[in-house]
Amino acid sequence: MTRKQRRLTIIGCSLGVLALAAALVLNALRDSIVFFSTPSMVAEQHIVPGRRFRLGGLVQPGSLKRGDNLAVSFEVADTSAKLPVDYKGILPDLFREGQGVVAEGALDPSGVFKADTVLAKHDETYMPKEVADALKKQGHWKDDYGANAGGAVASQGTVPAVEGVTR
Amino acid sequence: MIVESGHYALVLALALALIQSTVPLLGARLHDPALMNVARSTALAQLLFVALSFLALVTLHVTSDFSVVNVFENSHSLKPLIYKVTGVWGNHEGSMLLWVSILALFGGLVAAFGGNLPLSLRAHVLAVQAWVASAFYLFILMTSNPFLRLADPPIEGRDLNPVLQDIGLAVHPPMLYLGYVGFSISFSFAIAALLEGRIDAAWARWVRPWTLMAWIFLTLGIAMGSYWAYYELGWGGWWFWDPVENASLMPWLAGTALLHSALVMEKRNALKVWTILLSILTFSLSLLGTFLVRSGVLTSVHAFATDPTRGVFILLILCVFIGGSLMLFAWRAASLKQGGLFAPISREGALVLNNLFLVTACATVFIGTLYPLALEVVTGAKISVGAPYFDLTFGPLLVAVMIAVPFGPMLAWKRGDILGAAQRLLAAGIAALVVLALLWAWTRGGSALAPLAIALAVFVIAGAFSDLAERIGLFRNPPAITLRRARGLPRSAWGTVFAHAGLGVALIGIVCETTWNTEYIGTMKEGDVAKIAGYELKMDGLTQRQGPNYRELLASFAVSLDGARLSAMTPSKRNFTTRAGTSTTEAALQTRGVSQLYISLGEPTPEGGIGVRIYHKPMVLLIWFGPVLMAFGGMLSLSDRRLRVGAPKPAKALRGLQAAE
Repeated sequence: MTRKQRRLTIIGCSLGVLALAAALVLNALRDSIVFFSTPSMVAEQHIVPGRRFRLGGLVQPGSLKRGDNLAVSFEVADTSAKLPVDYKGILPDLFREGQGVVAEGALDPSGVFKADTVLAKHDETYMPKEVADALKKQGHWKDDYGANAGGAVASQGTVPAVEGVTR
Repeated sequence: MIVESGHYALVLALALALIQSTVPLLGARLHDPALMNVARSTALAQLLFVALSFLALVTLHVTSDFSVVNVFENSHSLKPLIYKVTGVWGNHEGSMLLWVSILALFGGLVAAFGGNLPLSLRAHVLAVQAWVASAFYLFILMTSNPFLRLADPPIEGRDLNPVLQDIGLAVHPPMLYLGYVGFSISFSFAIAALLEGRIDAAWARWVRPWTLMAWIFLTLGIAMGSYWAYYELGWGGWWFWDPVENASLMPWLAGTALLHSALVMEKRNALKVWTILLSILTFSLSLLGTFLVRSGVLTSVHAFATDPTRGVFILLILCVFIGGSLMLFAWRAASLKQGGLFAPISREGALVLNNLFLVTACATVFIGTLYPLALEVVTGAKISVGAPYFDLTFGPLLVAVMIAVPFGPMLAWKRGDILGAAQRLLAAGIAALVVLALLWAWTRGGSALAPLAIALAVFVIAGAFSDLAERIGLFRNPPAITLRRARGLPRSAWGTVFAHAGLGVALIGIVCETTWNTEYIGTMKEGDVAKIAGYELKMDGLTQRQGPNYRELLASFAVSLDGARLSAMTPSKRNFTTRAGTSTTEAALQTRGVSQLYISLGEPTPEGGIGVRIYHKPMVLLIWFGPVLMAFGGMLSLSDRRLRVGAPKPAKALRGLQAAE
């Protein structure tokens, strides 16, 4: 086999694998990306029930109710809207009323957000970045949320985070 | 005093690095051995001063000198000694200092053990190494100086983030950095080769041990980090597909490809240009990982500190080094000599295929990690790309790799025989089919995917060992000859067997854990019994205890199987008084064979109960045994006489070196 043929074979193979990978990536990106919304964006955009998205905002003080067998409900609020959330399971250690939270799940037909994952990616002084950005855009940003972020410990590699994900 | 000395030592290290990055190159241009030898002494001196600087920071942390901002923010006088030491790299500034210390360590190793390298190659390698070092010294001194003082020192520190107060922090980051930064050596060798315009099999023989060493550390570092996340975060997950994890996975994939292509280059003098490109890409991905983690650019469960000046600085380093090296590559690669020919079906061909798939898999991870970032910058839309994306893209590509793995070592160099290889893999194939049939019968009605994946894993493991059996002529020769052959087999061949088998072992663990893990979530009071996977866990009550810098709530469980009491498990929830109200969940683990029972606690309820999460994770330990086996294979290969770091190879080294036309 000549150098040219060898090269063509390799290039042919590479293109085949790349095409396969591109197809996989495009297919996966179409189906499995999840958008981020705040309660007011949910109100504006009329997200259809059953479509998965991430909901971010502050846990409304006084809204947390614990039911039987680890069922919890709370409200996620931003400056102009609120959305009730149902969740079953153990909440992250740093889940608090008045703190930022990101939950993943979908709306049910009655407009309640059924979360299957609750993330609390922050320590006691820091807001999740999406939530902070969203609140900033709405012009209701208090600087002290982020002020202490420098003090938070940044970890490296696959170091466990300050708080994980609960399922 | 220590503070200023540490700071000063770091500045001196920068000065030395600046000398090291220029003078040896000048020496190489002028063919002046004295100037080229400057590289060696400056690299060693640089290592000394960085080590002093690092020791200074460790001393400050151990003695709890709260007049230093870094110590004040990350330490507490009550913290146990080991966490005072590990806390040094549990924060941005300290971990960057660890990064450059390891970089200097590798530079020092090349200087110390590179006596058999041609003088000008060593000068070039160390100079490139010093460019990287200078950039990061500047970064530390200008944006993240760990030696800054506080005007009025407080009497107590803010304490290290409780999640990081764990033995994992002592092992994981140094391992990971040894891996990340270790790839700087192959990068420097690649750039040196491009600058000198010559590259040959001897070059690959020097690069491969360094790459292998970095790869071993990275493998162990990633596995360790995954196990740490598993037991510390309290929800039983071991891989999040979090950007920061992906940042360590990408250099690993590229580094694995590099190991294999360096093999082709060493043995067959082919794939030179590709190997150079991979060396550059692997270290670029390490730099990218550093950027992603250190700049806080990602919303990630890992990185929370956000400081734009740092981000911009690292981004600049990233652009200069990646852009610069790729431009150099584009300019000089054509001048490198063409390598040997081989047929598509051959050992070389198999390794090319391996590279193709690994690099493509790496690219899919890259896209999944950076696409959300790019989309946010361009359109402002916020999306997250999670596990489903990676399962759909990375998964199939890896399956293809796994099917091909056993064939590779069976093919001959230059021109292979695929049918012959398939025949020799017949036993492995039959083993896989038997396992498949058994599992199918046993899990009737369950997912078809799991038995298939396990059969694939069995195929990989059995394939690795049939390669070994082929080589030593197992069952064909009398035992004595077989044994002698096994002893005579190069260690790198044993290394291949173990590393490839490790891949299969990890896959079994992953499949079993994700498919058959069972979970119990509920509120439990004293005397309540939870049943999971045949085990009975009885809650014996809650107790309070005072730790050195926390209070903890312990729940004790009696574990029994079929009525026979096995052991007690005591998960706890720690409340750190030093960091107002932060708490961590300490999961309790009970190992049974390679499976584990896992309990983590939730919130106590007013009625005296507590939220409890119990998992049974079958075969879960195999997930980490696999990588350990891979690393063991790597170590075996590294200890091979022919590849040992710094082993003398005078004759070959001389013969191998001719300038490219």
